[in-house]
Amino acid sequence: MTLAISHLARRFGATQVLRGIDLQVRQGELIALLGPSGSGKTTLLRIIAGLDWPDAGALSFDGSDWLAKSAAERRIGFVFQHYALFPHMTVRDNIAFGLSVLPRADRPGKAQIAATVDRLLAFLQIGGLADRYPAELSGGQRQRVALGRAMAIEPRVLLLDEPFGALDAQVRRDLRRWLRGVHDSTGTTTVFVTHDQEEAFELADRVVVMNGGVIEQIGKPDEIYDHPATPFVARFLGLTVELPVTMRAGRAHAAGLDLTVLPRRAIPDGPATLFLRPADILPVPDPEAPFRVTEMATTGALLRIVAEDDTGCRIESEVPRRDGRDLRQGQPVGLRAVAGQIFPGSGQQPAQPIHTPKTLKEARP
Amino acid sequence: MSVAAVIEAPTRRQKRVLPGFGLTMGLTLTYVGIIVLLPVIALVLKGAEIGPLRFWEIVTAPRTLAALRLTITAAALATAFNALYGLLMAWVLVRYRFPGRRLLDAMMDIPFALPTAVAGLALTALFSENGWYGAILAPAGISVVYTIWGVAIAMAFTSIPFVVRTVQPILEDLDASQEEAARTLGATPFQIFSRVIFPAILPAYLIGTTIAFARSLGEFGAVIFIAGNLPMKTEVASLLAVIRLEEYDYNGAAAIALTLVAIALVLLALSNWLQAQLTRRRVPA
Repeated sequence: MTLAISHLARRFGATQVLRGIDLQVRQGELIALLGPSGSGKTTLLRIIAGLDWPDAGALSFDGSDWLAKSAAERRIGFVFQHYALFPHMTVRDNIAFGLSVLPRADRPGKAQIAATVDRLLAFLQIGGLADRYPAELSGGQRQRVALGRAMAIEPRVLLLDEPFGALDAQVRRDLRRWLRGVHDSTGTTTVFVTHDQEEAFELADRVVVMNGGVIEQIGKPDEIYDHPATPFVARFLGLTVELPVTMRAGRAHAAGLDLTVLPRRAIPDGPATLFLRPADILPVPDPEAPFRVTEMATTGALLRIVAEDDTGCRIESEVPRRDGRDLRQGQPVGLRAVAGQIFPGSGQQPAQPIHTPKTLKEARP
Repeated sequence: MSVAAVIEAPTRRQKRVLPGFGLTMGLTLTYVGIIVLLPVIALVLKGAEIGPLRFWEIVTAPRTLAALRLTITAAALATAFNALYGLLMAWVLVRYRFPGRRLLDAMMDIPFALPTAVAGLALTALFSENGWYGAILAPAGISVVYTIWGVAIAMAFTSIPFVVRTVQPILEDLDASQEEAARTLGATPFQIFSRVIFPAILPAYLIGTTIAFARSLGEFGAVIFIAGNLPMKTEVASLLAVIRLEEYDYNGAAAIALTLVAIALVLLALSNWLQAQLTRRRVPA
């Protein structure tokens, strides 16, 4: 274990931004802090960097107390969302900055600094840009320079704030793979902040899902995707269809729904809420079922089907187009759940419409 | 939203806040021509009438040379003081939040707003031997009034806002994350200032100090009260030009004025060129 965070709390005025964060980051790990804006992920990153200080809690690295150290003493590499390159310096001078400000006794010679910079330029595949100024670079190139500048001081931990936030989609995808490659060949412990789950899941060894200043779930991407620990994580990961169900002997039941595929869960009998992805719901023609197809629209590869019952319960599903060949408007259908998550309780917690764009319009008693 | 509003929107957008380019540009050029350019041209033409030989004679006359030397030295002193103090002032106004900050900010404009003659009178009263400052300085054998120091202080008073007001907005717009980046990279506070902040404000700082210097060269109202105006000793160039005018020596007045203008223009051109060099590759693509 290298980076240990416990009971970290931070408040800005009346707003409690972090409320008790516990997290351990292992040597060489690539960790994503994932959450909507305002979840406290950037504040957490800045506290790790020494750019902000918690009101309570502890932060240590390999046993040494980092809260007693300045940002410089921690020797971290920080990549800012908008890169924060020094506009009056060339790429070469930007990357050399961390080495050239070392106390004279520790500072490498000019030739040695130049050699380090050259090595980094080649490694980051920006060798041709050495004498350019930041204003003369594209967003993706600036990102690489910012990373090079942070890596030049051989940081113990690399911290990246929304590293791809300011880039367009194609560059984002390329840089994402490239960053994973950089991490794999340097082995530097890395923590990055993102609000994009695809980014977090593709890049990270472990994902930390944050919301409202607390950690909702920590786990490998697949674990989180398959087993969201809380209703928030479920909604955040696209399980946007929420249905009231009744638990009996560990199985969920609801009229018109075929839930036999779902595994048995250790949830007490009584009301519960089922969270589903539209893609995990399959409408099956069934004359007995209470649902009727009310809308069908194709998005190309997928068919978007909306089914409603008499009470106004409206469920959206997405199926591959050929699977919906037998379906017609107005046809009675049963809904088969292929996968889903069940949480105890009737799911009456305050609605979060921002994170559930395709929320279920439901007439609750 | 009503349908009417939707239809109206595009036409409203086409209307500009200011009248069209042709009209505004025409008015601007007319103003610049009549108020700024014409007097300068008239001055240059007047100077050209004199002829180079006579011009040289006037400018190198002992009294003129002494006046120019005093003016330039005092302006340099005032500018050096303002360069330091103006930067400090701008820094305090931008970087710290304290009660009375807005008042202090507003006070920076007093030298702009105050009639320079009033400033000159006030400074003379303060620094004269029985004034508040003078009473303290006189026993120490320091006299300000009727010396080059008095001239420099008057010049400094009237030109300080130029430095503060050019540096302040640049300092305000500085990206805080650049300083944070420098911090995480291990830079000391002094290194952050000298290698990140100062280079960022340098172009504006250069312009601000140059304008302050140019303004000091021509300072008249504030200076004549405190300078004592002894020929060869504490007589500034702009006063000498007025004296020549009063003596109906139009050529003498024009030659001195033209010399001052030339020095100011050369300096402004130089500092603009330097600024362009510094910022050439910094502008975003």
